Amino acid sequence: MFQKILAWLDERMGLTTIYHTVLDRKVPKVNWFFTLGSASLFLFLIQGITGIMLTVYYVPSPDHAYDSIQYIMNEVSFGWLIRGIHHWSASLMVLVVFLHMLRTFFYAAYKYPREFTWVTGVLLLLLTLGMGFTGYLLPWNQKAYWATTVGTSIAGAVPLIGPFINQVLRGGTELSAVTLARFFSVHIWWLPAAIAAIIGTHLYMVIRLGISAVPDKED
Amino acid sequence: MPGYQHMSRRDFVQVVTAFLGTIMGAVIGLPAIGYLLSPALKGQKSDAWIPLGPLDNYPPDVPTPFSFTRSQVNGWEKTVNSYGGFIVRNGDEVLALSNICTHLSCRVVWKTEQALYICPCHDAAFFKDGTVASGPPPHPLEAYETKVEEGVLYVRFVEG
Repeated sequence: MFQKILAWLDERMGLTTIYHTVLDRKVPKVNWFFTLGSASLFLFLIQGITGIMLTVYYVPSPDHAYDSIQYIMNEVSFGWLIRGIHHWSASLMVLVVFLHMLRTFFYAAYKYPREFTWVTGVLLLLLTLGMGFTGYLLPWNQKAYWATTVGTSIAGAVPLIGPFINQVLRGGTELSAVTLARFFSVHIWWLPAAIAAIIGTHLYMVIRLGISAVPDKED
Repeated sequence: MPGYQHMSRRDFVQVVTAFLGTIMGAVIGLPAIGYLLSPALKGQKSDAWIPLGPLDNYPPDVPTPFSFTRSQVNGWEKTVNSYGGFIVRNGDEVLALSNICTHLSCRVVWKTEQALYICPCHDAAFFKDGTVASGPPPHPLEAYETKVEEGVLYVRFVEG
């Protein structure tokens, strides 16, 4: 029965072709450092799922942000677990994406014909940091508030257009409800959408070009 | 053991993968379901006698409106809900009708000239004692349990 449905879908969707193209690729003899990309993708998916779960209860308003998180942590069943996973995977994702970048750099895997894969990867690293920056404000506690005050001030140190950037980030001269709302919006819509799209490009490039081998003495 | 000879390595791996996969799915899935459903499953129980002032404030024969508020903590917010209805006195009998229409929970009002409770939403009408006069409601208006102690009227508020 199940086999039949699968065969029916396969005939129309070409599932086996996708499967072979994506998972049965020929790869050179590589080591564990080559799993960091998959680990990054996995962490992104974890963040997406737990993040969606958190939006069920979180309220991006100064009146309720802190209280709604207290509610998630203390009242909702397994709320501590969902938020805990989101919290720790966030730090882990920054780390793993960074290590993935280091591996690519030290194995010189960014060279022809993979320059554009590298460019998309750098964008993904920057967007991941953006996720960390915007997500940090959302608990709306002292640490979040002052970290964002400092962070936006750093952006404000840019010559000439600094104050403008600072105000755009904050949605005004001071940190406020507007700041929290736009950080939330950027955190759950703008950045994840951009990251998902660029991951698509990044993976397409990896599948199209294959991965480079570990460089040896001759390289 | 003949059974073992029929199990190939591939079959074994499949069975073990399915088994471990099911356990992992349950470990991840059940908390997720609990997380989403938990507020719905937490019943908020309430049972209290609410004083509505001296019984003499409610004239006999004419339905007189009453109201009271109850506060409730919902998630991260405390909400004050107001409840109300009509006190109908008939001799010694004191009836405390809820003003929530039994059709779709709009609030009914007493119209003296028609001598009916009228619901503004779908034109439902109830008689003075709460029974359905006309319109869509499936049953009469709900009544609060009442008691009178030292001349003060109480209604019993039960929820959950």
